[in-house]
Amino acid sequence: MNKPFVVPVNPDSACQPPSAKDFLVDRTFRALARIGVVLVLALVFALVFEVGRKALPGMEKHGFDVLLGTVWDVNQGKYGILPAIWGTLYSALIALLIAGFFGVSMAIFLTQDFLPPKLAAIFRTIVELLAAIPSVVYGLWGIYVVIPAIRPLTTWLNSELGWVPFFGTSLSGPGLLPAALVLAIMILPTIAAVSQDALTGVPMKTKQAAYGMGTTHWEAILKVMVPSAATGIFGSLVLGLGRALGETMALAMLVGNANNISLSLFAPANTLAALLALNFPEAGPNEIEVLMYAALVLMLITLIVNVFGSLIMMYAQRGNK
Amino acid sequence: MPSLQRKFEGRALRSLILTTLVWGGALLASVPLVSVLYMLITRGGARLNLEVFTELPPTGFEMGGGFGNAMAGTFVMVGIAAAIAVPVGIMAAIFLAELGPDSKLANAARFAAKMLTGLPSILAGVFAYALVVMTTGTYSAPAGGVALAVLMLPIVVLTAEESMRMVPKIMKDAAYGMGCTRSQVIWKIVLPTGMPAILTGVMLAVARAAGETAPLLFTALFSNYWIYHQGSLEVMNPTASLAVLIYNFSGMPFDNQLELAWAASLVLVMIVLVVNIISRIFGKPKY
Repeated sequence: MNKPFVVPVNPDSACQPPSAKDFLVDRTFRALARIGVVLVLALVFALVFEVGRKALPGMEKHGFDVLLGTVWDVNQGKYGILPAIWGTLYSALIALLIAGFFGVSMAIFLTQDFLPPKLAAIFRTIVELLAAIPSVVYGLWGIYVVIPAIRPLTTWLNSELGWVPFFGTSLSGPGLLPAALVLAIMILPTIAAVSQDALTGVPMKTKQAAYGMGTTHWEAILKVMVPSAATGIFGSLVLGLGRALGETMALAMLVGNANNISLSLFAPANTLAALLALNFPEAGPNEIEVLMYAALVLMLITLIVNVFGSLIMMYAQRGNK
Repeated sequence: MPSLQRKFEGRALRSLILTTLVWGGALLASVPLVSVLYMLITRGGARLNLEVFTELPPTGFEMGGGFGNAMAGTFVMVGIAAAIAVPVGIMAAIFLAELGPDSKLANAARFAAKMLTGLPSILAGVFAYALVVMTTGTYSAPAGGVALAVLMLPIVVLTAEESMRMVPKIMKDAAYGMGCTRSQVIWKIVLPTGMPAILTGVMLAVARAAGETAPLLFTALFSNYWIYHQGSLEVMNPTASLAVLIYNFSGMPFDNQLELAWAASLVLVMIVLVVNIISRIFGKPKY
């Protein structure tokens, strides 16, 4: 054996090559770590595969009728999820409008020297704690606080401006607006946190250059800082949308679960996630197939939005470096 | 010579208006948290007593009762989920941070984990239903645990990877210089040094899992009985959880159940917030 660099070790020396046992432990441990990674990947495939496999009979039986149908009646065997798809997109968009405005203002407020650092940290904690509260608690709070609180306003809007399609019906209890409001509170932390990262990622010099040109505080923010962080902020909105599309409990408790397609903010509606939550526990085998189909549709919608959002964030981070 | 006197300009006014607007926005955004906490403390706190932790849920017009079995169920299922997600997640994170950070496998897994963080929680429930409930033929605590594990795994992986990357390279190089194998470096340097931050990630994942309802609705279902029944742990039965109890009781027309829903919400939020705050305090890296 020719190993020119192997010097015989003095058996008394503190430095020893790895023993056979060390070698074996090292290899086993590394193999285990690799298995861990493979399991993470396998989980994603299993998710898609398992739900897809169980949805297949439903897809073969009903085809596109499910996607385009508007009636969900188990007794008649009619399963249409178009109103749920509409409600999912509509509620998520309204939530995004509200949370986008507040989330981005919050991010500007917390990163652009409006507050002494200690106070900013307190506000940041408040926003983070909003994310920690379980969605079922938000649902309960929505039923007993939000709905009674907004009812006078919605009644007034409906009676005075009833001809506007958005205010076409009165709020009789659960409905799209309270659901979207609570949804907005739930996605606000995501948007605020990711936008903050985007804004703090803009180099200090950029802002100082703007001040040097004689801009006011807000001109520097709106004309220099926000455009520089625009990709990241846009990414935060897309990720927020992804969360809003998949949120379940708050919607199942607040949206009213009525299969109708309406522009009115006060009408009860339905969403895919709420449909799954409400119908799964008591579903028979035929209904399960269709619900798996609906789950696959929801998975597809959120996957597209999340992949899009992640790609934007990757692009934004590359730009920062 | 230009005049150096300061004029009041329109843009200064615009700055003032915008500043007021963001202050207002920030305060308005804090209202929900204050309101939620206020409602929990006044309505939940009014009902909170020792009895609610030890009694079973009431039925119909029955008075009194509590949610002891739901708390036990939540602990059991979060425990199952942690037992699955923490070892797998930390092993995967070790690979991502130390063994092959730039390999194709690592990049794919990192992307997969990011996608999993965006997975709607109800889909974790659908997955566990298809995988466990349909196979075993019964709603059970392990089915709920699997669903929660799917949600915990990406949080554990991503936070643990991040914490291991924070370990200074000099410390690892010193260990390699002394002749450590890679596993020894990981066991003796990376894991101990990164442990506070890794634990923070695990705690956050536990807090999230404890509050999840959607994945449990049709995997663990609900039960009006104790999971520990006549001397044996009956895990292969429908299992109660705090979150599902709140959901079930929120729609009931009985005041007693509603009060219990608020009290259970208070307990749940306390658990989640305490775990969050502890992990924030102890999780600060020491280097």
